[in-house]
Amino acid sequence: METINAEIFTLTYGSMVRQLIADLEDISAVNKQLDEMGYNIGIRLIDEFLAKSKTGKCGDFRETVDRVAKVGFRMFLNTTAAVTNWNAEGTECSLILEDNPLTDFVELPEGCQNLVYCNVLCGVIRGALEQVSINTECSFVRDVLRGSDVSELRLKLLSLNKEEYPFKDDD
Amino acid sequence: MPRQCSETCLELLALELVRAYGRQSRVPPAAAVDAIGFRTGRQLAERYTANRARLGEPLEVIKFVCKEFWMEVFRKQVDNLRTNHRGTFVLKDNTFRWLAKLSVDPAPPAGAAATRAVASVAELARDYLVLPCALVRGALAHLGVNAAVTAEAAVPPACEFTVTIKPR
Repeated sequence: METINAEIFTLTYGSMVRQLIADLEDISAVNKQLDEMGYNIGIRLIDEFLAKSKTGKCGDFRETVDRVAKVGFRMFLNTTAAVTNWNAEGTECSLILEDNPLTDFVELPEGCQNLVYCNVLCGVIRGALEQVSINTECSFVRDVLRGSDVSELRLKLLSLNKEEYPFKDDD
Repeated sequence: MPRQCSETCLELLALELVRAYGRQSRVPPAAAVDAIGFRTGRQLAERYTANRARLGEPLEVIKFVCKEFWMEVFRKQVDNLRTNHRGTFVLKDNTFRWLAKLSVDPAPPAGAAATRAVASVAELARDYLVLPCALVRGALAHLGVNAAVTAEAAVPPACEFTVTIKPR
């Protein structure tokens, strides 16, 4: 993987969030926009992941989430996430981000306390997983920028799209 | 060593920025992307020059941008620098990294159609050059050089940036 100094990415992202706040004038609209942009990034990012990560097929959702946390975060953000708090059915879990480059240099000012600064990550995960037929819901439940001791993403499996084989010849 | 991340992150962010701002109509897209890049350029220049002596003359600033700033942000140095000695500088990058992966739908081979396809990559490049131009303008501004920056990629990924220093 080609790497760059993370600060170029981090500062560009921060500058973009500032611009969105100025342009949209509404924090919840900004959160939504960040998620949507993340989704669009995610559906492209998965190509890079599959092409370069050299990992095989995941057996179940647990394995998939581990792959996202350990390989995905490592590959793109050069950090990892811890996977915890699984529900009994194995359909819902938390990703704990202890070291998140996106929040370098960031402090939320007054009036932005509802901003989910890293919401782009939720969109990226949702978009990327959707491309491999896994429909999920993803949101921040704790955020270091809003006073929590760690950032926690809650990831919930909604459904698995069935891939139908063999494809018909005339498709 | 400063923290690293994948280049893909920045690439996809820049791509999505252009797409997202291109789709909504409340703010002129180029103006918003320009503002984003300008701020980032200033901040980067501030970080890259924190531990060095102040750069004086505009030429010194431009050389810094061509070498160190370019190296950090665009991963190589500018290939060629020309000036008319009256405040205009042309920075040529023969393989500008941010345009390397740009392509349009494959054109039919040969003839007039092929020429049109190249022209449209150049046209496509225009949208994606707003951000780098703004980064450069921001860096220059932080270093005390107030300038207009435009870019033209007639044959991507080769790209020419024109810096026109504004009279004080």
